[in-house]
Amino acid sequence: MASAPVTPPDKPRIKVRLWGSLRAATGGKEEVEVEATNFKQVIDALARDYPALRPQIERGVSLAIDGVIYKESWFTPINPDSEVVLMPLMVGG
Amino acid sequence: MALDEYEKRDFKVVGKRMPRPDAIDKVTGRALYGADMHVPGMLVGKILRSPHAHARIKAIDTSAAEALEGVRAVVTGADFPDIAPGEARNVRDNTMARDKALYDGHAVAAVAATSAAIARKALKLIRVEYEILPHVTEISDAMKPDAPVVQEGFVQENVPEGFSENVISYHQYGHGDLDAGFAQADKVITRRFRTAATHQGYIEPHAALASFGADGTADLWVCTQGHYFVRQLCAEILQMDQAQLRVTASEIGGGFGGKTTCFIEPVALMLSKKAGAPVKLVMTRQEVFRASGPTVSSEIEVRMGMTKDGRITAAEAELHYQGGAFPNITVQFGAMAAFACYDLQAVQTRGYNVLTNRPKQAAYRAPGAPMAIYAVESVVDELCQEFDLDPLEVRLKNAARKGTRASYGPTYPDIGLVATLEAAQAHPHYSAPLGPNQARGVACGFWFNFGGDTSVSLSVDFDGSITVTEGNPDIGGSRVSIAMMAAEELGVPYESVRAVVTDTGSLGHNEVTDGSRVTFAVGLATIKAARAAKREMCRRAAKIWGIDEDAVVWEDGCAKPAGPNAGKFEPLSIKEIAAKSSRTGGPISGHHEVNAEGAGVSFGVHIADVEVDPETGHTKVVRYTVFQDAGKAVHPAYVEGQMQGGAAQGIGWALNEEYIYDEQGRLVNPGFLDYRIPVASDLPYIDAVILEIPNPGHPYGVRGVGETGIVPPLATLSNAVSRAIGRRMYELPMSPPRILKAIKGG
Amino acid sequence: MSKIHVKTRINGEAAEFLCEPDETLLEALRDRLHLTGTKEGCGSGDCGACSVTVNGRLVASCLMLAAEAEGAEIGTIEGLAKGAELDVLQRKFVEHAALQCGICTPGFLVASKALLEKNPDPTEEEVRYWLAGNLCRCTGYDKIIRAVLDAAAEMRRA
Repeated sequence: MASAPVTPPDKPRIKVRLWGSLRAATGGKEEVEVEATNFKQVIDALARDYPALRPQIERGVSLAIDGVIYKESWFTPINPDSEVVLMPLMVGG
Repeated sequence: MALDEYEKRDFKVVGKRMPRPDAIDKVTGRALYGADMHVPGMLVGKILRSPHAHARIKAIDTSAAEALEGVRAVVTGADFPDIAPGEARNVRDNTMARDKALYDGHAVAAVAATSAAIARKALKLIRVEYEILPHVTEISDAMKPDAPVVQEGFVQENVPEGFSENVISYHQYGHGDLDAGFAQADKVITRRFRTAATHQGYIEPHAALASFGADGTADLWVCTQGHYFVRQLCAEILQMDQAQLRVTASEIGGGFGGKTTCFIEPVALMLSKKAGAPVKLVMTRQEVFRASGPTVSSEIEVRMGMTKDGRITAAEAELHYQGGAFPNITVQFGAMAAFACYDLQAVQTRGYNVLTNRPKQAAYRAPGAPMAIYAVESVVDELCQEFDLDPLEVRLKNAARKGTRASYGPTYPDIGLVATLEAAQAHPHYSAPLGPNQARGVACGFWFNFGGDTSVSLSVDFDGSITVTEGNPDIGGSRVSIAMMAAEELGVPYESVRAVVTDTGSLGHNEVTDGSRVTFAVGLATIKAARAAKREMCRRAAKIWGIDEDAVVWEDGCAKPAGPNAGKFEPLSIKEIAAKSSRTGGPISGHHEVNAEGAGVSFGVHIADVEVDPETGHTKVVRYTVFQDAGKAVHPAYVEGQMQGGAAQGIGWALNEEYIYDEQGRLVNPGFLDYRIPVASDLPYIDAVILEIPNPGHPYGVRGVGETGIVPPLATLSNAVSRAIGRRMYELPMSPPRILKAIKGG
Repeated sequence: MSKIHVKTRINGEAAEFLCEPDETLLEALRDRLHLTGTKEGCGSGDCGACSVTVNGRLVASCLMLAAEAEGAEIGTIEGLAKGAELDVLQRKFVEHAALQCGICTPGFLVASKALLEKNPDPTEEEVRYWLAGNLCRCTGYDKIIRAVLDAAAEMRRA
């Protein structure tokens, strides 16, 4: 495990990209900024700042962080310069 | 973080073709599958199924069945408790109808009796009063605003207006300026495609043996891809604590996604609870087709622009999937995966999920991707023909690579598509001569791959042999791969390791065997568990030698002093440490529990040569080659097996397989005679070329391989057939009548 | 309804059982005699998972009534190995990784054994057509065909 990023007093702002059909919940914005240092903080901040995203968050979401899909590990650290993309909760066959 | 797991190493065991531990049992008939378990006092369960595609259940009279001698229990929807909305409730309502029968084959009642003959007789005595409702089984019919509504209350918040209540979810992906992109193209084409619903076609029908105790505890023996998930679902459906239900996974006779949920298990448990005796419930093949979980059917429109030198300038797709009478998210994966192979400046996909009066779909190998990528790869091929360009060159020119923004959002890290395409291009198959009526097709494929919750316990037994206890049903040789990784990590002979798939009462939670996750995630947890055991063995050696534990290292299955300063001691073998373990602190084991992340996406490229008989429309596959990135092939023979098996299933999907419904909404081909899966004489040898581009998210570089192989064949075959007959095919399966019709210009 | 008493020989040993008049040989083998190595995949003779031999002839046991086994010599997967010694076909299936889930494997082995007894030197095409009555959904048949041809070659050398 790499060491956890140092958390400054104010959480860094992270850009989160949303898929198209969610943009209705963000006033059309494809990308939103939230204060977060890990997966859970991203999800919590999205639910707080964009209540219209809550139904999808309740159905389940994953995050792609720097191109790698993280299914639902809350405490996955996220660096401020990471690319963060919201995904549906992934399952397979 | 998961990304820096991989370390380059020289493998001693991994990469070899070891005999699998379950093989002897499976070639001698000793292996026990779902239907093979017998226990004393066992009753036989049977299910009564709706003959109607859509009907209100006005009343069920079970009194005559209950009065029949030998009948011990009768169950209907009324026996199941109310639970909160969610997947468990959907599964409950699918395994036993409540107010409405939602498809031909939907369970409406079940009996448990002392013999199969009595159970069958009892089913005939159950009187169900139906009010037949208008039904809908086809996607475009179901979407119309005035269509019969299959189930109410499932419409999500973002579904556009103008459709019936059957359109329950909408998913849009993409980026860039489509208009600007299409304006740069030399040619823009729009094409519509249809794919039929297909079935996973596992040879073992669903089977469960439930035994409910008077104390409220229960045991369940079941063929499943995920016994922990079965426990979770059944516990919620029967409103019992998960700990009170112990589920044991039998050997599993194929699943391919179709055994990732429940179809009969809650019913078997409820029958057993009411009867006070064990109940075995086994589906017939007809029931498997009518009432388990086939994949979706689809209607897909693709628009794509290309320059005359083969650059795709923009692309969009609209995908309509039906997956039966209950919600699913398969179309969302289709919308995400459709253009995943390409580096596109402007791309958009729009997916609509539609309810119909058909069975509740289940996952089928890379769920949602094969049909979406079939449509896209067909259009790419048509544009290649339009500009007389080499189809692999065009794919290389447009291939997604490191830094490409994927059509589903993220920017790709290192991925293996270009290497896979180059391997295909360099392979002798691609330049081999073709005979009369023959043509060659190529296509790419993609799947996400997942990790997920995983628990592994590894014990160093007193004689130094190793038991790896894991909780994922072994569907195609995963136990051998896991035992090999344990042997590799510990530096012990493969033969001294046994991997065992245990029950839910013996190990922490494990996610379903799905998403191509097992060799990746269980392998990762096994390696970590072995490392924990090694640390403990080094500690024991340090105690024996009276030195600091940091001064001990593990090499070649032995604890050794780290260097000359640590002291001069003869290495202690695993056998010696194990034999003394009681006296040095107790039994030695390592365990690891993780939600494994960093699975890494996977790409494949297929090449097929077909020969189409212009008289009959019959397609013969004369040569087939699969190229796929395995990260690291732990057991190459079983990696090849996944690639070959996926290809064969895809070939069946492309050429033969389909669910056919009649005017009354009844499935007319629920058997292997009329739903024809490929047989040995339909196929050639399937050459499998494994690429090994290490996955940074796994200590040995392992990547999931199970699913990607089913994605390319649909378009590979369609492209080959279209080139062979000189007419483009737009519908699957490409059965002989359809091909003849296309040849005749119909 | 009274049961029928059937006397047969199974894998070289005398066996007897009681069965219903409409019971299949497959049901009798599995549920009466607990010889569960023979599998049911379809119950309609389409998948070959229930393959057994009856008086040396390859039969789908789901299509034969148990009562018809009276006096017959029946061979099942359980009789293929000689004690702990595997039949060459069994060995080759393991070596070639010719099974994944394994549910079809008993049927393939019984059918392949019947083939090689009739034709010790089959071509690839002959093997594929002989085994066309046995469905496998996992392997794409590639490794199964190779295993059968390799077993045939070894048997010819022996």
